[in-house]
Amino acid sequence: MRRSMLFLPGNTPNMLVNGPYLGADALILDLEDAVAPSEKDAARLLVRSAIRDMDFRGCEIIVRINSIDTSFWQADIDAILPQRPDLILLPKSGSAQDILTADEYITRTEERLGMAPNTVRLMPLIETALGVENAFAIASASPRVAALFLGAEDLTADLRCQRTKEGREIEYARTRLVTAARAAGVDVYDTPFTDVNDDAGIRTDAACAKALGFTGKASISPRHVEVINQVFSPTMKEIDYAYEVMDAIRLAKEQGRGAIALRGKMIDAPIVNRAQQTIAAARELGLGREDAQ
Amino acid sequence: MAEIVRLASAGTLESSDVYVEIEPWDEGIELQLESVVKGQFGGAIESAVRATLAECGVERARLTVSDRGALECVIRARVETAVLRGRGES
Repeated sequence: MRRSMLFLPGNTPNMLVNGPYLGADALILDLEDAVAPSEKDAARLLVRSAIRDMDFRGCEIIVRINSIDTSFWQADIDAILPQRPDLILLPKSGSAQDILTADEYITRTEERLGMAPNTVRLMPLIETALGVENAFAIASASPRVAALFLGAEDLTADLRCQRTKEGREIEYARTRLVTAARAAGVDVYDTPFTDVNDDAGIRTDAACAKALGFTGKASISPRHVEVINQVFSPTMKEIDYAYEVMDAIRLAKEQGRGAIALRGKMIDAPIVNRAQQTIAAARELGLGREDAQ
Repeated sequence: MAEIVRLASAGTLESSDVYVEIEPWDEGIELQLESVVKGQFGGAIESAVRATLAECGVERARLTVSDRGALECVIRARVETAVLRGRGES
């Protein structure tokens, strides 16, 4: 389950060493914005060695490589792919062609390394107006794409508007990305909340993202991880209701009834789907009914 | 064999990192190590440095290694970066 994704600068050993203990479901080891151009070589080797030799205690490993309009991205892939990270985060993904360009190089590298096709999945980072408008084409460009990720800081610069805590300026991008990702059958992740000292703000922002349909949310601060995990975990009330739905379905089948009602409300396919998703998430978190037995 | 052709460095003096300086040298590996944990881990740090140099094919170099409690994977990455920079390849 990937609720929270925490950015860690790729050339800072202290952060990399502590990363697995900060509670995030996934760690994004950053070779892009967090690394000065003169240190790209050092960060690339440090991240490669860290993935190869460190125990990340079950955290998913995502590497943000440099964008395909730089001279760094292919060397990033050459160094990182043999370590089999879970995902490559591709910044400034603006079109399906960007994905195909990266996908082609990753495919050739996987073949050269004797890896199965699509071993390492791709998460396009949508952070331009063009990327937002092309979101569905990007999400469905390749089976390697596992999720979309909204980057609001660069996006608002591209939109020439102020980035605010309330986030009205990214409402369209958020809903557009969620719709595009769900239509393509992939996950979708929300942009970090950048005020690390605003504990109420991160909760409101994460709840907004969850309500819109995001799978999870990224963070640039370890302080935000716990709140994000809480917000994107099913509540006990939701879990109990999900089991009630499944029990009602089972009972109705046993009794040969077609239409099913629970708490005065018809149970239809979308409610069953949601109940199944909630139970799957609860089981992953050890909160399922089976876990209590 | 990979020749070190110029003075180069990698890493920092921050906690959990290691600062490595490498320069051309006429014969063998000359290694000067300074570490906050030299008493307990000096041997292991030196082994990691020498193993990385061997993997990179470096037989002649002078190194100054200032360790701030780095994990072995950090030491290996910093030495390799210094080697690539010292060869003029990075």
